Amino acid sequence: MQITINGRPRALDHALNVTELLSQLGYPDRGVAVAVDGVVVAKASWPSTIVTDSREIEIVTAVQGG
Amino acid sequence: MYTDDDFLLAGERFESRLLLGTGGAPNLEVLERALVESGTQLTTVAMRRIDAASQGSVLDLLRRHAIRILPNTAGCYTAREAVLTAQLAREALETNWVKLEVIADDHTLLPDAVELLDAAEQLVNDGFIVLPYTTDDPILARRLEAVGCAAIMPLGSPIGSGLGIRNPHAISMIVQGAKVPVILDAGIGTASEAALAMELGCAAVLLASAVTRAEDPVLMASAMKHAVIGGREAQRAGRIARREFAVASSPLEGRALRDS
Repeated sequence: MQITINGRPRALDHALNVTELLSQLGYPDRGVAVAVDGVVVAKASWPSTIVTDSREIEIVTAVQGG
Repeated sequence: MYTDDDFLLAGERFESRLLLGTGGAPNLEVLERALVESGTQLTTVAMRRIDAASQGSVLDLLRRHAIRILPNTAGCYTAREAVLTAQLAREALETNWVKLEVIADDHTLLPDAVELLDAAEQLVNDGFIVLPYTTDDPILARRLEAVGCAAIMPLGSPIGSGLGIRNPHAISMIVQGAKVPVILDAGIGTASEAALAMELGCAAVLLASAVTRAEDPVLMASAMKHAVIGGREAQRAGRIARREFAVASSPLEGRALRDS
């Protein structure tokens, strides 16, 4: 299956939940937020939110600015 | 240690009236020294797509110094983008405070008043403490306060321009009309301009480039700290009236070689 992460296509072997996805990508689980198809996924809902085919995922964190 | 003149913002108490942005610093080490030197207790960050190569960094630094994090919505052009960015920041940083920026274009970076007001109202209704970056329009300031913003943050001049406060009269009108704190945000180039903001009655000053892009950011951070304190004290002390002619400060009576 194919998903989009931060604007780039990415292939996944099988569906994952958000926690598993972050872990597989090597991202920390602190200081980041995730949106699926433009809707923010609360951290408490990460384990129960399954990323399925053709979803668009945004993963953001804080950077210097403002 | 708290004083009798602490800065109260959305029920929180701050000793420092200088808010510092973290953008534009040449590196994290200089940023850290500038932040510490400035004495700031509230500092902005931006939200961006994560890059595995650049993790950690600024958040660790702010947490190490117990500086409160204020996420912004920089780079958003519509209310929709700004609301999503604020919601992402709330999840990532565990704060419901947001510096709301909705800009019109890359060239001016000026706020889009219509989108800004829309986003502010949506975010207030969603439980956010909204600190909107706005133009120096006293009427828009009134509208932002009316929808529940916790402060008004008018620009002195465009972001990063260093042009100072182009319309002190407008800033003064905003201060007089607002019941929430007014924080001068954007355009400050040097210390005297930060002092002027405070003399005009602003409750605090938010700046970034003036420090981070100065030749010596750490020294400028110190200058800004003192300017904000000085301007605040001058405002509280009450300046003398401006007069057209001189008023002698030494007594005229009893001068030597004078008959009267």
